[in-house]
Amino acid sequence: MTAADPKDLAEFAADADAWFAANVVADPGFMLPLTFMEVGTDRQFDFLREWQFKVHAAGYLGAAWPKAYGGGGLSQEFQNAATAAMRRHNGPIMLNAIGLNWTGPLLLDMGSEEHRLKYLKRILSAEDIWCQGFSEPENGSDLGNAQTRAVRDGDDYILNGSKIWTTLGGYADYMILLCRTDPNAARKYDGLSFILTPMKAPGVTTTPIRKLTGEHGFTQTFFADARAPVSGRMGEEGEGWKVAMRTLEYERSVRGGQAGGYVSVQADAWEVLELARRMKRGDAPALADPAIESQMVDFILEIQSLALCRQRMAVAPLNADHPHGLALSSKLMTTEFARRINEFAISLTGPKAAYYVGDPNAVDDGIWTRAYLNAFSATIGGGTTQIQHNIVGEHVLGLPKS
Amino acid sequence: MQEIGRIGFSEAQGDLLESATAFCADVSPVSKVRALMTDELGHDPAVWKQIGELGWLAIAIPEAYGGLGLALGDVAPVVEQMGRRLLAGPFVSTTLAAQALIAGGTEEQKQTVLPRLAEGAAATLALVEDNADWELANISAAAWPDGSGRLVLSGTKILVSDAGAADWIIASVIHVDRPALVLIDKAALPDGALRRETIVDERRRAFALTLDGVTVPETALLDPDRAAATLAHIHLAANLLAAAEMCGGTQGVIDYTLDYAKTRIQFGKPIGAYQAVKHPIVAAYVRYEQARSHLYAAAHCFNEQGTGEIATRMAKAEADAAYSFAADRSIQFHGGFGFTYDCDAQLYRRTAIWHASQYGDRNFHKKKLAGLLF
Ligand SMILES: Cc1cc2nc3c(=O)[nH]c(=O)nc-3n(C[C@H](O)[C@H](O)[C@H](O)COP(=O)(O)OP(=O)(O)OC[C@H]3O[C@@H](n4cnc5c(N)ncnc54)[C@H](O)[C@@H]3O)c2cc1C
Repeated sequence: MTAADPKDLAEFAADADAWFAANVVADPGFMLPLTFMEVGTDRQFDFLREWQFKVHAAGYLGAAWPKAYGGGGLSQEFQNAATAAMRRHNGPIMLNAIGLNWTGPLLLDMGSEEHRLKYLKRILSAEDIWCQGFSEPENGSDLGNAQTRAVRDGDDYILNGSKIWTTLGGYADYMILLCRTDPNAARKYDGLSFILTPMKAPGVTTTPIRKLTGEHGFTQTFFADARAPVSGRMGEEGEGWKVAMRTLEYERSVRGGQAGGYVSVQADAWEVLELARRMKRGDAPALADPAIESQMVDFILEIQSLALCRQRMAVAPLNADHPHGLALSSKLMTTEFARRINEFAISLTGPKAAYYVGDPNAVDDGIWTRAYLNAFSATIGGGTTQIQHNIVGEHVLGLPKS
Repeated sequence: MQEIGRIGFSEAQGDLLESATAFCADVSPVSKVRALMTDELGHDPAVWKQIGELGWLAIAIPEAYGGLGLALGDVAPVVEQMGRRLLAGPFVSTTLAAQALIAGGTEEQKQTVLPRLAEGAAATLALVEDNADWELANISAAAWPDGSGRLVLSGTKILVSDAGAADWIIASVIHVDRPALVLIDKAALPDGALRRETIVDERRRAFALTLDGVTVPETALLDPDRAAATLAHIHLAANLLAAAEMCGGTQGVIDYTLDYAKTRIQFGKPIGAYQAVKHPIVAAYVRYEQARSHLYAAAHCFNEQGTGEIATRMAKAEADAAYSFAADRSIQFHGGFGFTYDCDAQLYRRTAIWHASQYGDRNFHKKKLAGLLF
């Protein structure tokens, strides 16, 4: 990758800004999901797939991935500029999160040339949708205990078992699957393999699961003598745990290389401040209540903390004591912040906090309640807050394993 | 919308951070910290001399007055590392006294005093009174012209840091109905004007200063037209350096807690394996990282109109929360030993209480921030 030529970058950023200004549809006429984990209707799915296709075709997604794989072949600053423009114009989220943010960089990092040529471009264009098959009904946080079986049969593996909480499972073309190839391995971690698995294949079925908001979100995924080609395995047999751990580093943004854009609408303390001014207690703004004012300052301090920690990650001498400390804590910081600030926002709406999405009296169409309930997707998904505490305690601070 | 701060880090900060990290660890092991607690002076003159020689007191003093001409934000990494090692001494007091002169001193005062401070003479500020108001303009002490070229001072200042070691004390007074600052040559104080106070942070030295009966020449007055702005500047400078010292202390106390959590065995396991211990330590660590991000944003933006004040108040508020929590949990996680004088957790906890008490605690700054932001 070449260093950015500042003039080209400025031009690119200006073009991106103009493109998003012209192409973002402010109101598609139905509710759009706040995160990629909430795509519940075909209408939402089709709209977001079409949107991602357009953004990629315009050159504003995967700008920093190599050209040979459908990327723009530019440096990361270019993609950052495009993402910033997307954000400025409140563009809808990128749909194919598991492809763009974890499978893609994983393939670039440790995939074969054949894998990259086959999958990456179609990930960017959203022609292939990807899902992740890690969690099982009986094995969630204890991912290393996954039991879905894969048995070698010629050029294929035969799959049996079930995955659960599969985001986009019903729409996906491929799954990154963590499965057990050796049930007799001495350590449970050593019996696992990591396989790129076709979803639209005989023996693979999904059933939708309703999430706490009442809409459909993820699925349970069943494998009954389904087949996945051996050529889709990443790493050797028995190395699945290592590949899965690397995947989680991309998922939690501990490592860079993601295609760009964003896959969820960020909680914004400044919007909540505006709500605190708009909502009333008697004739006065809610913000005039000293208790509310005090909490509001706490949230402003916290959102500024998150912004500053992101900036500080780039300053090596200020990370000397714990080089990965900020990166490994960022999921914990941001997801819990989002949950708590939306909870606070609900409380600002007073008696109208009783309304739910769909009632004409609901404040801001009930978005605060919806955002709060959906915020748990990130405090649970991708490794729970409690597990994140363990990770920071053990991998950053060197505390013994729990 | 008002810009509220961003991270920046200069080469000078990088160099100072590196040398201060090594120096403070070297000269201030905790055994030394404890030995100095019972020493009347309260710091090691040999270390103080070295600090002068290193040029750290000169960092934020303009070159025209014998300094290095860098920014106050460049002092932050040095103070941070001092806080981390609980290094005692009049460094911050002297730096703040220099800031008062830079912001509000007369040309003559700057020329006579600043080069001395840059070389290692100590000085301090006397701003607090019995009204215990964090608003520095709330002053009862007074300075009256006696008609023959001198000012007669009256009133009492309290919590004057490092007055024992200082050659000069800059006191806030009311002079002809307006807040003003006077530069007092300590040698001119009558016997008994200073009383050493008993304070929560035993590493520190603080004094009550009786001004009754003290007279100073009229030339001791700092520029009266700039007094209000100077007090405002000192308030922010003091909070910036406090935030730095507190962030360092937070790191120090977390490291201290981690050592114990990894080595103390109960029920056959190190206590740090238990999540009831592990998770609050992680929470303290996350708060520390956040406070440190605020610190380096404040240090970077300190001189920017508006942004500097917001970033500095944020940094102090966050440092207060982080330090208090980390030190509080440190006492708890040391069990019975945590309740003893010998456990170092109390040193950090007491220091955090001191810092919250001076120049405004988290709630004070939050109220100010509400005024600035909302
Ligand atoms: C919206 C959403 C989308 C998801 N999408 C996907 C997906 O696409 N693909 C996929 O594979 N998975 C997905 N997941 C699953 C997610 O990764 C798991 O839910 C998560 O890892 C927790 O596993 P579990 O649900 O089995 O809970 P459990 O592991 O049973 O945990 C239950 C509770 O116990 C706590 N706990 C468990 N172990 C420990 C421990 N050692 N120490 C302390 N506390 C502990 C947990 O924090 C939690 O509070 C998704 C989840 C959600 C909510």
